[in-house]
Amino acid sequence: MSTETLSLSRAMNEGLRKAMENDPKVVVMGEDVGKLGGVFRVTDGLQKDFGEARVIDTPLAESGIVGTAIGLALRGYRPVCEIQFDGFVFPAFNQITTQLAKMRMRSLGTLELPVVIRIPFGGGIGAVEHHSESPEAYFTHTGGLRVVACSNPSDAYTMIQQAITCPDPVIFFEPKRRYWDKAPVELDLANAAPLDRAVVAREGTDVTLLAYGPMVKTCLEAAQADEERSIEVVDIRSLNPLDEATVLESVRRTGRCVVVHEAPVFSGYGAELAARITEKCFYHLESPVLRVGGFSTPYPPSRLEDHYLPDLDRVLDAVDRTYEW
Amino acid sequence: MTIDAAHGAPPSTGAQPPPELVQLLTPEGERVEHPDYDVDLTAEEIKSLYRDLVIVRRLDNEALALTRQGELGVWASLLGQEAAQIGSGRALAANDMAFPSYREHGVAWCRDVDPVKVLGLFRGVNHSGWDPREHNFHLYTIVIGSQTLHATGYAMGIQRDGTEDAAIVYFGDGATSEGDVNEAFVWSAAQNAPIVFFCQNNQWAISEPLERQSRIPLYRRAEGFGFPGIRVDGNDVFAVLAVTKKALDNARSGQGPTLIEAFTYRMGAHTTTDDPTRYRLQAELEAWKLKDPIERVKAYLVKNQMADREFFEAIDEEAKKIGSDLRKRCLELPDPEATAIWENVYATEHAPLAGERDQFRSYLGSFEEVNR
Ligand SMILES: Cc1ncc(C[n+]2csc(CCOP(=O)(O)OP(=O)(O)O)c2C)c(N)n1
Ligand SMILES: [Mg+2]
Repeated sequence: MSTETLSLSRAMNEGLRKAMENDPKVVVMGEDVGKLGGVFRVTDGLQKDFGEARVIDTPLAESGIVGTAIGLALRGYRPVCEIQFDGFVFPAFNQITTQLAKMRMRSLGTLELPVVIRIPFGGGIGAVEHHSESPEAYFTHTGGLRVVACSNPSDAYTMIQQAITCPDPVIFFEPKRRYWDKAPVELDLANAAPLDRAVVAREGTDVTLLAYGPMVKTCLEAAQADEERSIEVVDIRSLNPLDEATVLESVRRTGRCVVVHEAPVFSGYGAELAARITEKCFYHLESPVLRVGGFSTPYPPSRLEDHYLPDLDRVLDAVDRTYEW
Repeated sequence: MTIDAAHGAPPSTGAQPPPELVQLLTPEGERVEHPDYDVDLTAEEIKSLYRDLVIVRRLDNEALALTRQGELGVWASLLGQEAAQIGSGRALAANDMAFPSYREHGVAWCRDVDPVKVLGLFRGVNHSGWDPREHNFHLYTIVIGSQTLHATGYAMGIQRDGTEDAAIVYFGDGATSEGDVNEAFVWSAAQNAPIVFFCQNNQWAISEPLERQSRIPLYRRAEGFGFPGIRVDGNDVFAVLAVTKKALDNARSGQGPTLIEAFTYRMGAHTTTDDPTRYRLQAELEAWKLKDPIERVKAYLVKNQMADREFFEAIDEEAKKIGSDLRKRCLELPDPEATAIWENVYATEHAPLAGERDQFRSYLGSFEEVNR
C-alpha cells in the first residue's frame, strides 16, 4: 500500500496525470487549463508535460467545449472537459442533455462517448454570484449521464481515473471548498471501490446521514460532535447510478435518515433518496427521512451563505427531529 | 501528425495595432487628425474628462485596497481601461441604455451610480446595489456574454417605440467566443437594432491571450455579420468618445448596429484572486504603461496650457476625498438580514418560500432561547 498526503486539488491533478500517461487518447480541455493550470490549479503543469495538443486552452465558449468534446470522442479520444465554475455549465446544457446523454441510445449502441465533464461545485468560498451553485439535479434527471461527486483527496484521485476509463459520459462534481483540504491518498487503485459504489464513511448505529461532495465533511463533523447518538455517514459518491444497496442497508440498520446537500431541497436529489428509502424500507423507519439543504431561492450574496449552506447545527437539528416522531 | 498542423501558428491577431486604429490623441499627448472622426471639445470638457479618468482610477485603487484588507471578497480592476470606459460612457445620452459586464465601474461612474453601490456585489452584501432603470445602467452580468442578447432585445424595444434612443453593451475579447454574443450579432443585424457593441479588447481573458479566441482582429468579425466594425485606441479618451458618439448616432438614425473594438490592456490581474505572473510577461505590461490613458490627457492639457498645477492638484485632492469617502461608506455597508434570502424572489407572496423563511426564523430563534 502506498499513500501520499495531498490536497484534493493536487490529488485531482495526479489522477489526471496518471490517466494521461496511461492512455494517449485522453485530452484535457477548458478555459485557462493550460498555461495557468486552471483557476483551482487542478490541471497545473499538464500542458507543460503533455503539450498543447493534449491540454487545450479553449475559446471562452462552454457549448463549444462540450460540443467539440463529443466530436473528439466520436473520433476515438477521451476528452476531459473542465467547466470553470458550476454556474457556467449552462451554455453547455444543450450539448450535455440533448446530445451527449442520448447518443449511445440513438445510435442503437454503436456510438460511445467517453467524455468526462469536471465541474467544481458548491459554495462556502465567499464568491460572487454564479460561483457557488449545486446543479447536480439537472444532470441526475437526465438519463444517459453518469453523475458522480468526490468528497476527499483519495476519492478524487481514483474516481477521476475511473471516470476517464468509463465508457459512458460522466459529470464529475468536485467540492470546490474542499480543494485545499489535505489527506492521505491511496495511490494503488486495485483496492479502490468501483466508481458506482457508495461507501460508509463513518459507521454508526442510530442515524444515517446521506451526503456527497462538500457535505460529507460537514456530516462527519456533525457525527463527531454528537456525543449522545451514534451517527453513520454514507458518502453517496455516485448519484447516478445510485448504489441503492449500500444506502438501504444502512438505513435499515439505523432506522433514521437525514439527507444533506447544498442544492435546494425542493426538487433536489434528496427528494429522490427520501422517496426511494421510504418505498423500500418503510417498516424499518422510526421517522420520516428528513432533508437539509439550500433554500428555494437563488443562491444568496456571500455574506448570507452561512445561513443558506447546511452546517453542523442544521444537520444535528434535523437529527434531533428524527427523534420527535 | 495532423494535430501539429492544427496547432501551427495562427495568423497574427494584431497584438500590434494596425494602421486602421482610430486615434485622436497619441500617447505623448499630441492631437492627430483622422479623416472620419473628430471631437470638438472645449478646455472645460477636456478637463472634465480628465477628472473622470483620475477619479475612476482612484476608486478602483481604493477597491483593490479594500479587497486586500478583506473588506471585499474579490475585485475586478479596470486599471488601464479608464479611457475606454469614460470615453464611451460620456458618449451616451441620458436615455440610452447601457448593459455592462462586470468590470465597467467607469461606465457606472458616468451613469451616476454611487460607487459604494458598485461595491455591494463584491462585498457580498447583495447581487447588485443600484436600480438599473434609475440610471439606465443595467445590472452587472457575470455569465460571460449573456447581456449582449438582453441589450439586443432592449434595442428592438427602442425600435418599436420609435424613440431616438440607443443601447450599448459592454463585453470582453474572450466573450466574443460565446454563442450568445454571436447570436446577438446575428439578431441585431437581422433586426437592424439600434445598438452599439462595445468590446474592450484588453488582450486577455484571464490567462488566455486573444490568439486563443480569434484569428482575425475582432472588429473585422462585424463585417461577416453585416454591420460595420471599427477598432479604436481604447486608451485614447478622445477617440473613444468620437467613435462611440458616431456609432450611437448611426444607431439612432436607423443604420443599425456597430461593433467597436476598443484596443486596450488589462494592466492588473484578472481579479484579485488571479496571479498574472503565471502566464504573461512583465515586458508586455511595461510597453503598455507607456500608453497610459490618463498621462496623455494630462500632457495635452499641459502642452496647450489649458490647465495648471493647481488644477491637477485639486483633482488629485478631490479624487482622494472621493476615495476615502468610498472606503468609509464601504465599511458601513450593513450585512443583510438573514431573511433577505427570501426577498424579491417572486412578485407576490410565495407560500412555500414564506414557509421556509418562517421555519428558518424560528430555527434561528431557538439559538437565542438557548443563549438566554
Ligand atoms: C459563461 C462563463 N464562462 C466562464 C466564466 C469565467 N470567466 C470569468 S471572466 C472570464 C474571462 C473573460 O474575459 P474577457 O471576455 O476578455 O473579459 P475581461 O475579463 O478581460 O474583461 C472567464 C473565463 C464566466 N464568468 N462565464
Ligand atoms: Mg479580456
